[in-house]
Amino acid sequence: MTSNSDLRRTGIWRRFWGRWNQREGYAFVLPSFIHLGLFFLIPLAFSLWLSFHDWRGLNTRNPPFVGLENYEFMLGDRRWWNALGNTLYYTFVSVPLGMVVSLGIAMLMNLRIRGVYLLRAIFFVPVITSWVAVSVVWLWVLDGNIGLLNYALSLVGIDGPDWLANPRTAMLALILIATWKGAGFQMIIWLAGLQGISRELYEAAVVDGASAPQRFRYVTLPLLAPTTFFLLITGVIGSFQVFTPVFVLTQGGPLGSTDVAVYRIYQRAFVNFDFGYASALAWVLFVFIFAATLVQLAYMRRNLGRVYGR
Amino acid sequence: MIAARPATPPPQAPRGRLKNPYMPVVRMLGFASLLALALLTMAPFLWMVLTSLKTQQEAFAYPPTFLPSTGPQWQNYTQLFTLVPFGRYFVNTLIVTVAVVVGQLVISSMAAYAFSRLKFMGRDTIFLFYLATMMVPFQVTLIPLYLLVVQLGWVNTYWGLIAPGLSSAYGIFLLRQSFLTQPEELSDAARIDGASEYGIYWRIFLPLNGPALATVGVFAFMGTWTDLLWPLLIVRDQNLRTLELGLAYFNSAVPQFVQPNWPLLMAAAVVVMLPVIVVYLFTQRYFTEGIALSGVKG
Repeated sequence: MTSNSDLRRTGIWRRFWGRWNQREGYAFVLPSFIHLGLFFLIPLAFSLWLSFHDWRGLNTRNPPFVGLENYEFMLGDRRWWNALGNTLYYTFVSVPLGMVVSLGIAMLMNLRIRGVYLLRAIFFVPVITSWVAVSVVWLWVLDGNIGLLNYALSLVGIDGPDWLANPRTAMLALILIATWKGAGFQMIIWLAGLQGISRELYEAAVVDGASAPQRFRYVTLPLLAPTTFFLLITGVIGSFQVFTPVFVLTQGGPLGSTDVAVYRIYQRAFVNFDFGYASALAWVLFVFIFAATLVQLAYMRRNLGRVYGR
Repeated sequence: MIAARPATPPPQAPRGRLKNPYMPVVRMLGFASLLALALLTMAPFLWMVLTSLKTQQEAFAYPPTFLPSTGPQWQNYTQLFTLVPFGRYFVNTLIVTVAVVVGQLVISSMAAYAFSRLKFMGRDTIFLFYLATMMVPFQVTLIPLYLLVVQLGWVNTYWGLIAPGLSSAYGIFLLRQSFLTQPEELSDAARIDGASEYGIYWRIFLPLNGPALATVGVFAFMGTWTDLLWPLLIVRDQNLRTLELGLAYFNSAVPQFVQPNWPLLMAAAVVVMLPVIVVYLFTQRYFTEGIALSGVKG
C-alpha cells in the first residue's frame, strides 16, 4: 500500500493513475461494474422514479408525476394487505418448520452412521429440482379425487381435503411443499454448524451427568446460535420474497388465500401493466424486509453476546 | 481426599473412553428414521416416474396401482417428443446457461482478483458496495430491468435472456474468499519473474482456484437452468422457450384436454428434471462446499 505521505505529495491525477497496478485494478473491476450499473444501479434508480409516476402500459411516453399517490393508493388496497398478511403467515409457519425439520435431519446425519452420505444426496434432490417440475408432481399427488396423499390418508380413515383448491388448506399445502423442497439446503448448513462443535464438549457434559436433552439444550443449541441466526435471517428474507411456488401451484388462489406480496407485485406489473404502482409496492416490501433484517440483527448482536459470555 | 475415593468409577463416567452403551441402538434408530425420511422425500419423484410409464386409464385408477400393470409404456415418451419440441428447448436452455456460466466465471473472477490481490483507491469501499447490492430483493429491480430490456429491443432474444445474469456479487464474494487464501508471496514471486497482472490472474489464480470456480459455475448453472420468471417475461416466440418454460406451458395446456393426460405430463417433468439431476450427481461436492461456505462465514 502506498503510504499516506506518499499520496499527499502526489497530485490527484497521480494518486489515481500513478502506481503501476492501480490502473489494472480498475480494469479488472470494470466489466463487473458496467454490468452492475446497467442491470442493477440504473434499474434501482429507475424503480424509485417509477414509484412516483403513473406509468401504465408498455409504450408509455412521459408518464405524469403523481407524487405519493401510488403509496396512498396502497393504503386502501385490500388485496395488497391480504397479500401481506398471507406473506406473514407463510413466514411465521414455514421458517420455524423448515428450520426444525432440517435440524432434525442434520442431527440424524451427524450420528456418523456409515453410508449416510448417500442419503444426503437424496435430501438434496428436491432442492435442485425446478419449481415447475416439482409443481407438476405435487399437483398430481395432492389432487383431491385421485391424489396419492388422499389415498394414503383414506387408508387410515381420514377423508383428505382438496388441498390446493380449498382456501383453508392451500397455504398449508404450499408451506409443506416448500419445507419438503428446502429442507436439504438448510440441512447442509446445520450439518456444517454441528460438525464445528467439538466432541470433547459433549464428553465433558456426559461426565457432568447431563442427559441427552440437556446436552442438546446447553451445548448444541448455544453453539449453533450463529448458524441459527443465519438460517433465521436468510429464511425470513427468502419467505418474504416467496413467489414461484405460488405462481406454479395456486396462482394466488383459491379466493386469494395464497396471494403473497411478490405475487401481487407480479400481477400488478406484468398482468395489469401498472408498472408505477407495482414499483411502489416493491419498495414497500423492500422496506419491510430491511426492517425485519435490522431487528433480527440487533437481537442477534445482543443474544450472541450473552451466549459467549461477552 | 482423592486417594480415599473408592476404586470403582462412578456409573455415569466409566473409565477409559467415554462410551454411551445405547449408542448402537441410537444409531440403528437414527438410520431407520433417516431412511424413512429419505423415502418420504423421494416418494413424489418415484410416483412421478411410475405414473409417466402408465396408460392414461391406469393413471386414473382408484385405488391407484403401484407398478404399471400393462408393462412400462415407453411410448409416452416418444409421444411427448412429437407433441412438444423438448429438443429445441434443451438447446435453447443450453445456449443461455453456458453463456451465463462462462460470463460469470470470467467477469466475477476478474473482479474477485482485483478485490483480493490488486491495490487501487477505494477498493474496499467498492467491494462493500457490491456486497450491499445483495441485500436488495430481486423484485425491486425486476420491473425496471424488464422495461429496460424492452427499450433495448432485447425482448425475445437470447441476449435478453443471457445479459442480466452475466455477473453476480455473490460469485465475486465467493471467489474473493478463495483468492484470499493464496499467499501474497505467490503473486510477488510471479511479478519478479516479469509476469503481468493478467498473466498472474490467468496462469496462477484461475488454475489454483478450481474448486471455488466450480462452485460458482455450478450455482450459476442451476440458477439459470431452472429459472422460470425471467424467461417467462422475455420470451414470446415458441422457438426460444427454455425447458422450464416449455414445461410450464405444457402444464397449463394439458388440463384443457378432455381428461388431463397425467402420464404425459409426468414424462415431461422427468425429461426436464433429468439433466439437472445428472449434473448434480457429478458436482455434488461443490454444492455442499459452496453452501457450507456461505452459511458459516456469511
